[in-house]
Parts: sequence; C-alpha cells; structure tokens
Amino acid sequence: MQPDLWSLYGLMFKSRIFEESVRQIWKDGKISGEMHLGMGEEAIVAGVVSQLIEGDAMALEHRGTPPMLMRGVDPVSLLREFMGKPDGLCKGMGGHMHLFAPDKLAASSGIVGAAGPAATGFALSGQMLRPGTVSVAFFGDGATSAGMLMESMNLAVVWKLPVIFVCKDNDWAITTQANTAVGGNLSARAQAFGMRSIEVDGADVLAVWSAADDALRHARAGNGPVFIWAHCIHLEGHFLGDGLLDMLRRPIYSFQKRVWPMLKGFFRSGGAAWSERFASMRQVLGMVFAAQSQTSGVGDPLMRTRQLLVRKDAVRLSELESDIQSEIQKIVMSALSEGGGA
Amino acid sequence: MRRISFSEAIDDALGQAMADDPRVVLFGEDVQGLHGGLFVRFGRQRVRNTPISEAAFLGAAVTASMSGLRPVAEIMLVDFIAVAVDALLNHAAKIESFSGERWNVPLVVRTSCGGGYGDGGQHEQSLWGWLAHIPGLSVVVPSTPADAGGLMLSSLTLGSPVVFMEHKLISQLWLDFLGSGGRDTVSYDIPSDGTRGLAPNVWEPIPIGKAEMKRSGSDLTIATLGVGVHRALEAAVLLEKQGISAGVLDLRTVSPLDKETLCEQVGRTHRLLVVDEDYEGFGLSGELSAVALEAGITFKFARVCTQTTIPFARHLEDEALPNVKRIMDACQRLM
Repeated sequence: MQPDLWSLYGLMFKSRIFEESVRQIWKDGKISGEMHLGMGEEAIVAGVVSQLIEGDAMALEHRGTPPMLMRGVDPVSLLREFMGKPDGLCKGMGGHMHLFAPDKLAASSGIVGAAGPAATGFALSGQMLRPGTVSVAFFGDGATSAGMLMESMNLAVVWKLPVIFVCKDNDWAITTQANTAVGGNLSARAQAFGMRSIEVDGADVLAVWSAADDALRHARAGNGPVFIWAHCIHLEGHFLGDGLLDMLRRPIYSFQKRVWPMLKGFFRSGGAAWSERFASMRQVLGMVFAAQSQTSGVGDPLMRTRQLLVRKDAVRLSELESDIQSEIQKIVMSALSEGGGA
Repeated sequence: MRRISFSEAIDDALGQAMADDPRVVLFGEDVQGLHGGLFVRFGRQRVRNTPISEAAFLGAAVTASMSGLRPVAEIMLVDFIAVAVDALLNHAAKIESFSGERWNVPLVVRTSCGGGYGDGGQHEQSLWGWLAHIPGLSVVVPSTPADAGGLMLSSLTLGSPVVFMEHKLISQLWLDFLGSGGRDTVSYDIPSDGTRGLAPNVWEPIPIGKAEMKRSGSDLTIATLGVGVHRALEAAVLLEKQGISAGVLDLRTVSPLDKETLCEQVGRTHRLLVVDEDYEGFGLSGELSAVALEAGITFKFARVCTQTTIPFARHLEDEALPNVKRIMDACQRLM
C-alpha cells in the first residue's frame, strides 16, 4: 500500500485547526486546569493512526486529542468533554487527560509512562482474541525514564506481543531537557530489550508512514513489538501557558511570576558561591532560548507537508484546507452552543 | 512579621534550612524551574532536576538520607507517588524498625495535593489518609503560610520520613502552574487566608503532631485539615448566625495525630464532624471516630469527605469535594 499524502495532510490539518480552537476556548476560560496540545506531533500521529484497522488499540497519554480525533472519535464530544459537559465523550468526568473510547479500544492516562503497560495489555488480548491486530503506545521522551515503560517493553518482547511503542521525542520533559535526563540512546535501549527499533524524522509524515507500515507488518505477523523513535517539536511547549515559552511571549507577567523570585534568590545571603549562582542563571536563560526553538516553523510537520502539496496542486490544497476549516468551525459552534452537541 | 504566600513560605523555610545545613538537598521533576529562587541561590548540586523516574529518585532519596544527606524529594503531584510508593511503604517507613532502631531515614517528601481547580481525578487527590495508614511515616498537611514554613522546618529535623503536602488551591505556585496557566479568565474558590498570611521573619519550628484550635465552639467540633480548615471556618461563621457554635480544629498533621486535643474537644462538645478532602472510606474520618470512641467519649458523629473519583467537570467537582454547604448541612444534622 502507498501513503496518500492528501489524506494524511487532511488528518494533520484537521487536528491542528481543531487544537487551535481548543487553545482559544481554554484561553477564554471555558476549560479548567491544564491543557496539553499535540501541535507539532501531527505527522507522527497521522502516520501511525491512519494505518490502524478495526480491533487495533491505542494507549494514550495526556496529549490524546490528535490520536482520538484521527481515529474518528466525534470531535464535538471531545470539545464538550474538555469543557466538562454532561454530553462530553466521558460525561465530563475525565477531561482532556483522561479520554476513553471503548468502541475504538482507546484509553488515556495522565500518569507518565502508563501508556506502556496499557498498550501491552491491549496487545495481550489482541494476541489471544483478535489475531492480526496491534496496540499502539504513544508517549514522550520524558516517559522513557519511567520504570513501567521499560518493564512493559521487556514484557512485550518476552511475550512477543504486537505493540508499537511510539516515542514522540521533542527533547523536553516540561522544563527538563532530554540531554540532562535520558541516558544513552533510545534506539540502542530498545534494541537491548531485543526489540526492533526505527528512528524517524517526526516532521516528515511520509517517513513516519513508512516506519509505521514496516512496524505494523512486523507486529501483525506475530513477530513481536517494535519501537518507533520519532523526533518532533511542541509548538505550545509542554502545555498552554508553558513557563519557558511565556518568558518571551509574556515578559512582564513572567518577570513578576518567575524572574523576580529567582533574582531574590540570587541575592539572598547563605547559599552557593557567586560563580555557581551565575551558572544557574545562565542555565535558566539557556533553557528559555532552547525552548523557543520549538516554536519556529522549521520542525512544523504541517509546513513541511504543505510545501509538498502546494507544488502538486495549489488549488486542491486550498480547497481541502477551506473545507476542513469550515468543518471545524461548525464543530466548534455546535460544541459551544448551549444545547451542546448533536 | 511579614506577609508571605503559602508557596513562598515553604521555599523560604526550606531555603533557611539549606543555608544552615549543607546536607539538605532538593530534587524532583522540574524543581530548578518550579523553585527557581532556591535553584539560583543554592546551585545545581543542591537543587537537581530528575528524570520522570519517581521510583528511582524516591528510592534513592531513602538511602541518601541514610548515608549523610538530608534530601527533600519532590513528587510533583501526590497522585504520581503511586508509581514510587514502594520506596515509602516497604523501605522509608520500615528501615528504622527493621534495623533495630540503629538506622533512621531523615527524609522529607514534599508533594502537592488536593483539588478544586478542575484538573481531573488523576491530578487532584489528597491521599493523606492512605499514606498515614503506613506505620513509620509522618504526614503533614499545613493550611496557612505560617504553619507551612514552621512545619517544613520541623520536618527537616524530625529524623524520620515525613510526607509534606502542599494543597494546590492555596499554593500560588501550583495553582498558577496547573490551574490558571497564566489566565485571568478562570476563577476558583480560593480561601485567601490560606494563600497569604503573616509569618515570622526567621522561621521557628512548629512541632509535628500538634493540632491547633482555629475557632472555639461549644456545640460541636469540626476536625479538619488543609483547605477543609478554611471551608469549615466559613461554615462556622454562617452557623453562628443560626445559633450553632462550631469549633474548628486544624489537625495540621495526620500522622502523628494529636489525639489528646481531639479527645479534649470532642469530650466537651460531644459532637464531631470530620471534614476531610481525602476519600471517605477506610481513612482519616473513620480513624478520628475510632480514636474518640477508644477514649470512652460518647458523641454524635458525621463526616463530609470525598466519596468518589473526583470528576473533571467543575460543578461536579465542587459537589464531590467538601464544600461549605455540605459542611453546614452536616452540622445541622448533628444538632
């Protein structure tokens, strides 16, 4: 089978526009608590989820919106859930971090690393009850430090379970950079468990599609789990209101909330030597600038895919985009109306 | 004295202890950013970011404390402690006993807890009763900035493992981080006396295991902690207008429990209402009734606790957590 770039872009674009609406609704205060968006990982999700079939399962983390949307979960019910409405996907009980779609065998968790064991269990029932189906775990680089993820990789290998472990690596776990938190090389780590490992540019949807095609064939044939290591960016950082991104986006607010306490600490008597204090300040500054690099267009999977399509057929592309935009607009209006969804 | 916020008080007291004792170190996920003042003041050696490896770093904190350091390990949200509970349940809490009291575990686990800001049932639990169930652990739940700083200081010198719990609804740091994300379009029912208050310029330890009467009352005793203290005080003011005199006892620590003060109060009013944001069954509220019964006191009893998984939807969450109306209804039933 060959990938259809148009439909892949359609999925990605729909997810992006949908999450842009979520961002606005969150900013308007209609969504409480945190909001983790998948802006920047759309190519990874589209490349994998577009190839799932009936009976396949998904174990998701706190960034479950794009996979749920791309798997065909009703977008209005997703938005209603984010707003805590009784007609939301989970009757307003779960919120965006705890999305569950039993008919799609899709379950989420806000506990980092929990997607590993969850996917492993789905794969066990798949192996025994639905041969030929697979289970996908989506998680970030931060989760690769969680013991339960490593344990589930081992279990999946020794039981030869059809799990696709998909690491969406943006190089950051909230404010902690991967080079200070993740030891060794993740491909080598997966291989050391006896697992096949594929590293891929997560902004390149065709590359992800091919990697997933390869991995899915392997797992569906009963050859055990596969690790896909896909590199990406997060355009909105860890979550909306990300402190590192805010430092430049909202300097006055950030100065008051974050910089001022640091300056007070810097000048307090008792503590480390001045050189060490300067080193800490330099580190914070370095983090702020490193985090900004995520928000530039270079690693944006939509921009990358769009460049390919605009050369193929600019008219068709603009039609596709405007169709999706009006579809999402209707979805948002329906979700925001007092009567709720359909 | 000075006015200080709840979250500033904790970091300020911890900073005072770190300046006095070079063995005190802080580590946990994103602590360099979350506690930037401490990071800049004490540097990368003593304020360390960890990988998302709670089982590893909490387990490591146990033996680090047994071999010379005074670690403060931060579990970002107490809900996340579930993945590392072995370090507390089977190790930190037991080693002093196992070693024939020849080895102790001077460890502080600081962790945020509690709900009321719409973050869902995997990020808003209290779990203090669940943790206090384990012999060998102290569990501290302050309700004001002054208590938070003083109790942090005591936690650091207790010489045995302490879980120090910071309620997110009164912690500016955590509420900004998780609840508002810098927005002014959301509002939560935040008790202002918990968020900011007077505190000493130099912190003095507040003994662990001593409850405090926040308000005296002759008709009934409300025993509570954390945000529950503020909800109970609000209810007590309203109840007074209805001719009901309700006293409010802030337990401040779940374990060790100040049984003496509890029994003294209940022995006087013969009515006990427990307001506990933790789960109702098999927890703190039942424990308090058992303590008073064992002391031979006859009393009427009621409790306002969290009975279910905490719903994400704000209006359902507000009903699920102890609120002023539920407290008032329960008090009226006790009369």
